[in-house]
Amino acid sequence: MIRTGLRKSSARIVHGTVLIVFTVLLAFPFYWMLIATFKQNLDLYAVENNPFILNAKPTLDHLRLLFNETRYVRWLGNTALVGVIVVAITLLLAIPAAYALTRLTGRWGQRLGIGIFLTYLVPPTLLFIPLSRVVALLGLQDTIWSLVLVYPSFTIPFSIWLLMAFFKSIPRELEDAAMVDGLTRFGAFVRMVIPISTSGILTVVIFTFTLVTQEFVYALTFISPESQQMVGVGIPIFLVRGDVYFWSSLMAACLIASLPIAFLYNLFLDRFIAGFTVGAIK
Amino acid sequence: MAIAGPKIRSIGAAQSPLLGAAMFSPAVLYLVLVIGAPFALAVFYAFSDARIGSTGLHFVGLENFRSILQSPSFRMALKNSVVFTVCAQIIVVVCSGALSIALEKPFRGRGLVRFLILLPWVAPVSLGSIGWKWILDSIYSVITWVLVWLHIYKPYNAPMWLGEPHLAMASVILVHCWRLIPFSTVVMLAGRTAIPKEIPEAAAIDGAGFWRTLFQINLPMMLPIINVAVLFGTIFTFTDMTVVYILTAGGPFDSTQTLPSLAFATGIQGSDLAAGAAISLFLVPVLVLIAFLMLRMAHRAEVV
Repeated sequence: MIRTGLRKSSARIVHGTVLIVFTVLLAFPFYWMLIATFKQNLDLYAVENNPFILNAKPTLDHLRLLFNETRYVRWLGNTALVGVIVVAITLLLAIPAAYALTRLTGRWGQRLGIGIFLTYLVPPTLLFIPLSRVVALLGLQDTIWSLVLVYPSFTIPFSIWLLMAFFKSIPRELEDAAMVDGLTRFGAFVRMVIPISTSGILTVVIFTFTLVTQEFVYALTFISPESQQMVGVGIPIFLVRGDVYFWSSLMAACLIASLPIAFLYNLFLDRFIAGFTVGAIK
Repeated sequence: MAIAGPKIRSIGAAQSPLLGAAMFSPAVLYLVLVIGAPFALAVFYAFSDARIGSTGLHFVGLENFRSILQSPSFRMALKNSVVFTVCAQIIVVVCSGALSIALEKPFRGRGLVRFLILLPWVAPVSLGSIGWKWILDSIYSVITWVLVWLHIYKPYNAPMWLGEPHLAMASVILVHCWRLIPFSTVVMLAGRTAIPKEIPEAAAIDGAGFWRTLFQINLPMMLPIINVAVLFGTIFTFTDMTVVYILTAGGPFDSTQTLPSLAFATGIQGSDLAAGAAISLFLVPVLVLIAFLMLRMAHRAEVV
């Protein structure tokens, strides 16, 4: 009895320790951004001060610098704009495609679906060189439209995959009933299937939007002017003047841009993971 | 759509390939144009002498590959890509395995802990990396501060985390792990919930200890899901250039250069499109292998 009790309590200690250690290690950089945001420079750059706490009064100067003297707000706006347009394009192309591949085309539709999913594995670092020429040829270089053109290439494959799983779970009888009521096949899709798929579609919206905000390589390659940047490139590249890092403003910018995205993504995480693990769990 | 309309009605609720084709072809066409065509162009460039700003374009055969294979930077990048990917995957599997076990049982505050643990994965990677750049700063690094405080190093005598080749490599691996552990953990959590609870419980009743249950029951049953985590993790690490680009830009002296970052430095910054394209093509064998393994897994799941 005593031995099992000991074993249980030691297991609990190990359990708790693992959780605490990992949580601290994984979340630490964000704590570090938070504390740097409000630190006075004198405190931030004093090597002898305890860096984990504020040794002087918190300051809003870094936030002021970020919002008033950099293009940060513009970058947030660019990112949001590209995000919204790419979401629209993705929905427009992925929803019909996913429906067709699950319902209308039989077994080889499923195969084509897997093929499309595999294109998700083609990384930007393989395509950015030829695409940079294509973008230049189309006259889209240095504008956010280059990203609008290219980003759906990685949002559509995964979205189709997520939506296919979703459409599969809808009972066929619903469409049959709608068609008995006189709707065409396409009509049943538009009037029946899409309205009851809002949660699947919402997942795709969030997923697409977060992917757009996370992308770095294409945005770095296609766009050079400071005013046209996305937030993911603008912060690390343009908040550095020459060799001078405005660390506090940098950290504030990272934190402010990261948290809403992280929060949204977190809400829908289980669905994305289900998308990744289809095939391995059954 | 108008042509397909009446035809379908006669088929009823069954399949209708024509409408199907009409509905999926825009997406497929787009993907062919924006993924397929550039890929073909990358292959074409790799066998040419294309440069930014020059109009002439000649076929040069294997010349690019020959000169790449002879360049020390390329060999270094190839080696680093493999080292970074393999090291990161090993560390990630061990850590996220442990973490997924710890997260499995419900406890108070689990939602918050999950949010905090997930932050590295869900926040934009370039922003997380710049956070690490500050943590690993040559003068104001918090790690240095702690080591000085513990009297392991004297002030101003601590190592430059991103300035010495081996430390810089370790830093890059560390940041990759930091980013991937959350993803892997959640994938493994999803996998663990699929394991029937009765089997490990029965084993415990039969007297099997923690380690024995882990190695003989839990691990074999989790293998498919660990495979998923490793395959995606390999792609995310092997093809990534963001972490390296922000932390070290490949330096010091190319010691942390990877294939993608070298392709960027050569093809975009150095204007040598042909060589850059050729370098990035070295990613393809790994991608093909992973696609093959994933297809096999999907096929197996279909059969079972």
